Amino acid sequence: MTQTPEHASATAEVEAYLRAQEDKTLLRFITCGSVDDGKSTLLGRLLYDCQLLFEDQLASLENDSARFGTTGSGNLDLALLVDGLAAEREQGITIDVAYRFFTTDRRKFIVADTPGHEQYTRNMVTGASTAEAAVLLADARKGVLTQTRRHSYIVSLLGIRHLVLAINKMDLVDWDRETFERISADYRAFATELGVEAVTCIPVSALTGDNVTTASERMPWYTGPTLLDYLEGVDVERDLRAGPFRMPVQWVNRPNLDFRGFSGTIAGGRVRVGEPLVVLPAGKRSTLARIVTMDGDREQAGAGEAVTLVLDDEIDVSRGDLIAGAESRPEVADQFAAHLVWMDEQPLLPGRPYLLRTATATVNAQVTEIKHKVNVNTLEQTAAKHLELNDVAVCNLALDRAVPFDPYVDNRETGAFILVDRITNATVGCGMVDFALRRAANIHHHAMEIDKAARAAAKGQKPCVLWFTGLSGAGKSTVADLVEQRLHAMGRHTMTLDGDNVRHGLNRDLGFTAEDRVENIRRVAEVARLMVEAGLIVCVSFISPFRSERRLARERLADGEFLEVFVDATLETCEARDPKGLYKKARAGEIPNFTGIGSPYEPPEAPELRLDANGSDPETLAEQVVELLAARGVI
Amino acid sequence: MSYQTHLQRLEAESIHIMREVAAQFRNPVMLYSIGKDSSVMLHLALKAFYPSKPPFPLLHVDTTWKFREMVAFRDRRAAELGLDLLVHINQEGVAQGIGPFTHGSAVHTDVMKTQSLKQALDLYGFDAAFGGARRDEEKSRAKERVFSFRTRSHRWDPKNQRPELWNLYNGRINKGESIRVFPLSNWTELDIWQYIYQEQIPVVPLYFAAPRPVVERDGTLIMVDDERMPLAPGETPEARMVRFRTLGCYPLTGAVESRAQTLPEIIREMLLARTSERQGRVIDQDAGASMEAKKQEGYF
Repeated sequence: MTQTPEHASATAEVEAYLRAQEDKTLLRFITCGSVDDGKSTLLGRLLYDCQLLFEDQLASLENDSARFGTTGSGNLDLALLVDGLAAEREQGITIDVAYRFFTTDRRKFIVADTPGHEQYTRNMVTGASTAEAAVLLADARKGVLTQTRRHSYIVSLLGIRHLVLAINKMDLVDWDRETFERISADYRAFATELGVEAVTCIPVSALTGDNVTTASERMPWYTGPTLLDYLEGVDVERDLRAGPFRMPVQWVNRPNLDFRGFSGTIAGGRVRVGEPLVVLPAGKRSTLARIVTMDGDREQAGAGEAVTLVLDDEIDVSRGDLIAGAESRPEVADQFAAHLVWMDEQPLLPGRPYLLRTATATVNAQVTEIKHKVNVNTLEQTAAKHLELNDVAVCNLALDRAVPFDPYVDNRETGAFILVDRITNATVGCGMVDFALRRAANIHHHAMEIDKAARAAAKGQKPCVLWFTGLSGAGKSTVADLVEQRLHAMGRHTMTLDGDNVRHGLNRDLGFTAEDRVENIRRVAEVARLMVEAGLIVCVSFISPFRSERRLARERLADGEFLEVFVDATLETCEARDPKGLYKKARAGEIPNFTGIGSPYEPPEAPELRLDANGSDPETLAEQVVELLAARGVI
Repeated sequence: MSYQTHLQRLEAESIHIMREVAAQFRNPVMLYSIGKDSSVMLHLALKAFYPSKPPFPLLHVDTTWKFREMVAFRDRRAAELGLDLLVHINQEGVAQGIGPFTHGSAVHTDVMKTQSLKQALDLYGFDAAFGGARRDEEKSRAKERVFSFRTRSHRWDPKNQRPELWNLYNGRINKGESIRVFPLSNWTELDIWQYIYQEQIPVVPLYFAAPRPVVERDGTLIMVDDERMPLAPGETPEARMVRFRTLGCYPLTGAVESRAQTLPEIIREMLLARTSERQGRVIDQDAGASMEAKKQEGYF
């Protein structure tokens, strides 16, 4: 292509521009506040003033303002720039996390725009998780409100250390200095309680633009930074780079037999070729041989960089491992205390297994204890047996294997985790690790000389669990009883665990709430497992209404040892039979949480055997179970 | 050590996302649309897995109405890089003679793009598909997740998206379900061009201004790329100095008049831009929420 003078000048101009931007950094921040505080207007103002509004976006905006605008005809409604999906626009509220972008010559900004109401706590938590600074909105006429406190607590919980309180609508209080100072003092006192030190208060008017991007002439008494000055200047990366070296291994890079690298993003600190490293949880030591990137090998690398590390020996490293500086190791534990935020409509039940995902490891985990819930408005601590959507709580968790981590206050990447439902795969909660619990560290499994196989051999049988599940009155216990009679007649060693009987003894402290049902089944699953260890064929006859817990029971046993028998009778059939008169009482409202009426029954998706218990006689059903055992080689 | 620049941070984030997909999924694919965003995405994939090759194929859903230069560029790049390129065309649509001139943009896009994409995903059983969409492109995309869950029928349910926290992406799915992954979510158009310039990434020549035969229809400049374009009586293509800010099917992609023939000139034009990039796409000029409706149907 020929270089005309026009080309040459464009090239020079742009190259100068790009050079000037070589040090341009990135800041991710969150805005918190409600529609009434003018949050969307403030954000719209930032975007507008930073001249990132392209002409046709403005044109379509003018169109939209006529349909939805709330500022009167003729004026641009800046809030419409940032409100998103169609349904939300018509309701006039923002109900999800939206990400916005704008840039100045010094910084590119990614803004997480989240709704402010309490029912959207999870959205705010989501937005805050990736933010490095937070802009909170307060209405100058109203001061520090409950919601301001709530937002502050949430962003501090998520580890954001740089907070701005934008005291908005100064135009409506005649740009009054005393109002600003009173609200600032109130807020600083509260922030100190939270342990947040870096608080900046700025008097603004989003509507007029005062102190948003340009210093206000109407508030000469304010000499601090404008909101944009603050955002351009705040230093958020220093903390991350100062800590000890951490890199979770994402992917093992093996293009051929001669190269084995470990790819990941550095989560903290920095590292140099030749430095000693340790790979966790195994604790194997090595030395860094190379830092590989497509742009050439590096001598050193730091937090935030995506690299591939090559170690100087052939130790075994896989996804889920954490490579750390040998001098300053993270903790490795299978039990810890953490702050949890619950994000699902289905409540969290202690004892129920969830998948827990840390930076790269995925393990099974359960909440063993809810220490207390935190009221996000008042910070009061209250007791809880389960957690509902948007609850924040301090909990103890137990994992099925040890994972490496740092306390969240030390490292937001190696101290964070999410909880995933094992059946729906939804992300149902998130957590921030506080510290490891030592209690499990000193209890080791004792290896016994006589094992399950030896005990089973002595009885000449193959132990297993027949798990009968179904509605009350379906006929579980009747069938289980007949099955046991037949096995006994064949000389087999058996045992039956029956829901009603166990609830009179081992589980007499448990009621019928969802959390107690989870614990009920957990205990029975453990007892059944011990009996299988003893070499017995165990019939378990429990309603066991939840898939999660039946799956837990299955996973406590070896493959082939758990046989799920779905005693399938319709609610109508069971209710017509009503052998114990329970349905009648439940319909009369005398038994809350009765399965099938006040509490759900989740039928098995793939039971080993489904018995049609609507009409067939119990003898025929028992025969089918015995046939199953024969087919599986148990008898 | 100095802090990372904004492009370095965006690059690292995209690489992190791609590696997560490679590690979490059985059978991922990268949707390659040949445009500048795809060029950047491909470049990032080369970086993410270096010295290995990206552990997934590229898939181009060919509507048969792409600019000829796009197809040539696609084949050349795949060959140069030695990558596995799959090209899928909806043969049912071809058999029915579906095209933008005969059936209009809505039907054409639905059959040859949206339905075709679903066919290809089902045909190969992909469980994750990278797309080059950015959150800054359009309002409904501002709330899109990086890992966007799709049902067995490829539908996107805006009310049922998973919370996405830190950089912990939840890619767990049941059989038949899939995830669309958007590693460029946090890039803006300006970032894309700056990065192309900085990394010297090859892009389709259509982005650069050249004399091209165009006709003006409803204020949009449409390039006459082949003989399939019907001309109204009296309508004659004239050579004008134009370039494209976005690339798609040639009858649906408006050109802009420009003299920008080099990357710096494009970036300068961008900085002085008075019209945003999607203005050139005929498809977006319906009601404000049209993209949202299309996404629910499975359009990227």
